[in-house]
Parts: sequence; C-alpha cells; structure tokens
Amino acid sequence: MRPITNSSPIIQHSAWQRAGQHFSVRLGASVLLILLLLALLAPWLGTVDPTLFDPASRDQRPGQTGTITTLEGETLRHYFLMGADSLGRDMYSRVIYGTRISLSVGFLSALLALMAGVSLGLIAGYLRWVDGLCMRMMDGLMAIPGILIAIAFVAVWRPSLSTLIIAIAIPEIPRVTRLVRSLVLSLREAPYIEAAISLGTPTLKILFRHVLPNTLAPLLVQGTYLCASGMLIESVLSFLGVGLPSDIPTWGNIMAEARVQFNAYPYTIFFPGAFLALTVLAVNLLGDGLRDTLDPKLAKRL
Amino acid sequence: MLKFVVHRLFATLPVLGIVAVLVFLLLRLTPGDPAAMLAGDAANAMQIEHIRRSLGLDQSLLVQFGRWLQHVLQGDLGESFYFKMQVTQLIAQRLEPTLSLASLSLCLAVSIAVPLGVFAAWRRDSGFDRVLMGASVLGFSVPVFVLAYVLIWIFSLQLDWLPVQGYESVRNGFWPWLRHLILPALTLSVVYIALIARITRAAVIEALGEDYIRTARAKGISEARVLIRHALANAGIPVLTVIGISLALLLSGVVVTESVYAIPGLGRLMVDAVLARDFPTIQGVVLFFSGLYVLLNLVIDLSYVFVDPRIRY
Repeated sequence: MRPITNSSPIIQHSAWQRAGQHFSVRLGASVLLILLLLALLAPWLGTVDPTLFDPASRDQRPGQTGTITTLEGETLRHYFLMGADSLGRDMYSRVIYGTRISLSVGFLSALLALMAGVSLGLIAGYLRWVDGLCMRMMDGLMAIPGILIAIAFVAVWRPSLSTLIIAIAIPEIPRVTRLVRSLVLSLREAPYIEAAISLGTPTLKILFRHVLPNTLAPLLVQGTYLCASGMLIESVLSFLGVGLPSDIPTWGNIMAEARVQFNAYPYTIFFPGAFLALTVLAVNLLGDGLRDTLDPKLAKRL
Repeated sequence: MLKFVVHRLFATLPVLGIVAVLVFLLLRLTPGDPAAMLAGDAANAMQIEHIRRSLGLDQSLLVQFGRWLQHVLQGDLGESFYFKMQVTQLIAQRLEPTLSLASLSLCLAVSIAVPLGVFAAWRRDSGFDRVLMGASVLGFSVPVFVLAYVLIWIFSLQLDWLPVQGYESVRNGFWPWLRHLILPALTLSVVYIALIARITRAAVIEALGEDYIRTARAKGISEARVLIRHALANAGIPVLTVIGISLALLLSGVVVTESVYAIPGLGRLMVDAVLARDFPTIQGVVLFFSGLYVLLNLVIDLSYVFVDPRIRY
C-alpha cells in the first residue's frame, strides 16, 4: 500500500503571511526602509554638517557646485543638490538629517501613545469600577482638538525631544484606549476567557497571556496611523515655531525658515515638504495594507 | 425631542467639566513655579511674589480651581497678559475669520466629496474609483502647510489670480471676502474631501448591496434616482458621523491654515499666545474650541433625525 504522505496539503496562509505579500505593505515598507537607511547613514551620503553655514554660499540654487567652509577653517568643494538656504547651509544635508527627527518622533510618539492607551484600555475594560471615570477622562481629552493640546503642552514645558514626543502622544491616547477597551469587552465574553477564569487564572495573567495577544493586529494598524499623524504634528509644531529649537534641522524648522523667502526660493519649502509627504504617505500605505489583511472588520468599514 | 435635547445637553456637562479641569491643570502642572514663569526671565523676587498673590497662586489647588471655574462660568476668561484686554473680547474679535474659514471649508469639502464618493461607489473598482482612493491616501499624507504653499505658488505667484495671504471682513463686501478665503478653504478642505469621500463611498457601496436597491431598479427608476434617493439617503448616517468627528481635525487645521495665510483668527491668536506665553489666552482659546466641538457634535447627533426618519428621540 502506498503511503499518502506526498499528497499536497492545503496551504493556509496566516494573516501575517498575507500581510507580508500585500502590495501596499511592501511598497510602504520599502520606502520606509530606504528613509531609515538615509537617516542612519546620513553622515556618509555626501552631506556636510547640517548646521554649518557659509555666507558665501547663501541662496545657492539647486544643482550648483560651490564651496563650504568647515569650523576647522577647511574649505570644501560641495555640490548643492538642493541648493542652500539664506544662511548658506546645505539644504540636502539638512533635509537628510531631518529624516532622523521625523522618523524617531513619529515612531516614539506612536509607541508611547500605544503603551499608555493599552494600559488604560486593559484596566478600563477589565476592572469595571475604573471604567466610568477613565472613559469620561478620555471623552474630555478627545473634546480638545489634538494640536491645541500639543501646542499648549510644549508651551508650558519648553520644547525638547522628549516633551515633544509626550505632547504629540497625549492627544492620541484616548483613541487607543477606546480601541483596546472595546476589544477587551468583546474578548472577555469569549469561552476561552471564561475557561481561564473558572480555572482560577489570576487576572493579570489573563490580561497578558490571553487578552493582549488578540489585540496585537488592530493595535499595529492603529500604531501606523499614529506614527503618520505624529510626524505631521511634529512638522506643524516646528513650522509654527513652537517645536524643537530652530537650530535643530527638522523638516518643519527648515520650512519655517524658508517662509520668508518663499517668493524667490520656493524649493526651500518644496524639498522638505516632499520628503515629509513621501514619508507620511509610506506609513499610511503600510497602515492601509496591514488594515486590509490583519483587521478585516475595520477594512470593511472604511 | 425636547426631552432628548435637554438630556443630551446635561450629558455633555461632565465632558465639559473634565475639559475645564484639564485646561486648568495644564498651567498648574508646570515644572517649577508658574508665577516665575508668567513673570518672565527678567523679573525679580518681589514681582514674582506680586504675581503669585494677585493670581491667588499661594492658595490650595482646589480653591484656585473653584475660583477660576466661577469666573469662567460667569463668562470671564481673565485678562490677556500680552494683548492687555479681556480674553472673551479677544475671542469675539477673532471669531469671524475663523468661522468664515471653517464653514467655507466644510461646505466645500461636503459638496465635492459626497458626489465623488457616490460616483466611486457606483463605478466600484473602475479606474475612477482606484484613482480617487489613491488620491485620498495622498490627501491624508500631504501636510496642510505644504499644500498651502503649493497652492499659493500656483494660484498666487505663477497665475496671479488670488491674493497670497490676508483677510478681508465680509462687511467690506462679499467678493473681497471670498477671494481671500478661496485658497485657505481649499487647503483646509483637502483632508476632509479625502476622508468624507472614502466614508461616503464605503457607505453607498454597502447600501447598494441591499434588496431595496434591486427592487428600485426593477421598478425601472432612473439610476440617478436610485443612487441619490435610495442609496445615498441610506448612507447619510455614517457620512454625518464622520463630519462630526472630523470637526476636531477642522479646528486643528484652522490653526495651521491661518498661520500660513496670515488670517487674524482664533488659530493665529493661539499661536501668538503660545509664543508670548500668554496663559489666560491659551486657556481661553482651548476652552472655547472644545466647547464649540462638543456643541457641534450635539447638533450633528440631533440632525440624525432629519437624515433618518426611523430615528426618533
């Protein structure tokens, strides 16, 4: 009798595998990977110190070759791919270094909002007596336009990278909390949770072993959107002059400085603006792809 | 209906109360002495002490909050440090540009996005649908101020059709007012066009799958009537809901748009107040915006009745 081992099994891809093959996930992730490499390898990509200024190269047009003098007095021939700003700083170097700020603020603010939101959501969803108070607090926070909270927070605490990340994360917390709470509320009725409770499993263990893993996919989707909006808010704050100090090259700061000269040198806004839009677009594409594959319920609604 | 309105009004009170607490705490949770911060870097110890006394900062937090809330409820938001006038007066002065901009943007967004969404749903998976959905992701991703400068560059600097920036009160004539608001409103509405078009499309697609659509078509009703009278009418609730949610985005967008176009509205006021560290004004504007948002969402909730006759309050 012939063994039936070589009959082809039905291949069932998990949601995560399907996500990895989705077109917009791949596109978004590749663009982000390139941007990440740009950020990490910034010093070796033909850049000069982004804060270095040389009055001789002021308002250099894109694509021209000029000179730039380092702090040590060394004069370098430099190709101004994106021109220079009104102080003679190399735009290309500033834009490339700006990638670092945007990516890290976006990622860290999303991470912080997720962590805070998950903790609050788990507590509110599982401990009924905290629920009312916690959710009313979240309603209140949601009623204040996010950007106003961020602006006011930065105004009070003086801008630095960490206050900026906190300021951006705070208005995002309620949405994560609501999402986690609703997931917990539907999960706690599931038979396997009831089984765990009847076996006397401690609440904390139920939360972390049985509830949290099931919230991972929707949270990842939510996280990518938080990352995108975090980067947008960071640039808005810098642009309005209430973000990171203006000597730090962020895309928002570059654009804020370029406002005065916009008539004559519009590209000083368009270059960093294009980078910012591309980055946010990549994150959004990644998020849309993950949503379609990992979170079919949400995908249907949008 | 009236009972419901009163009930809902009362239900918003806790939310407004929490907003008040948060706005109040914002200033008190500073790292350090709020009096010293308000006085600025050049103040001496006597001046700081004077500010502390005059603002009642030497009393307990609860007493301070009680006094502040009492003033707010009487319509007194305090006096601006920087503009040297009552915050309520200041807000009243800056209200017109902001309301003009916000309402024009909203009208523009709805009147463009809803037809686009319906059409995309009708021709689902067609080239038009794909382009629209792709464009809407792009619409979410381009920062408001970058878009603003692109539009200024095209329509003001290259074509010279519209003013670069500034605002003209509606009292000085309708056309000058509209001319100054076209670009800002267009800038601000792009995100909502993307958002509302997406939701409209999804809602209409769902409605088009219903049996009554088949029945309507079987009766021989024109396709336009099927789409508008049967599909869109039943897709009204999600569209209204998303408009309500996006009002927060709209109010946030106002801050940036007014800055770029130099419109003397509430958003501009907020930024000026932050740069001048003018805390009564910051508190006042945040409180006002939040109240407006809560109130507008109440109005949206009530308007469900007109969209869906099955809903009765």
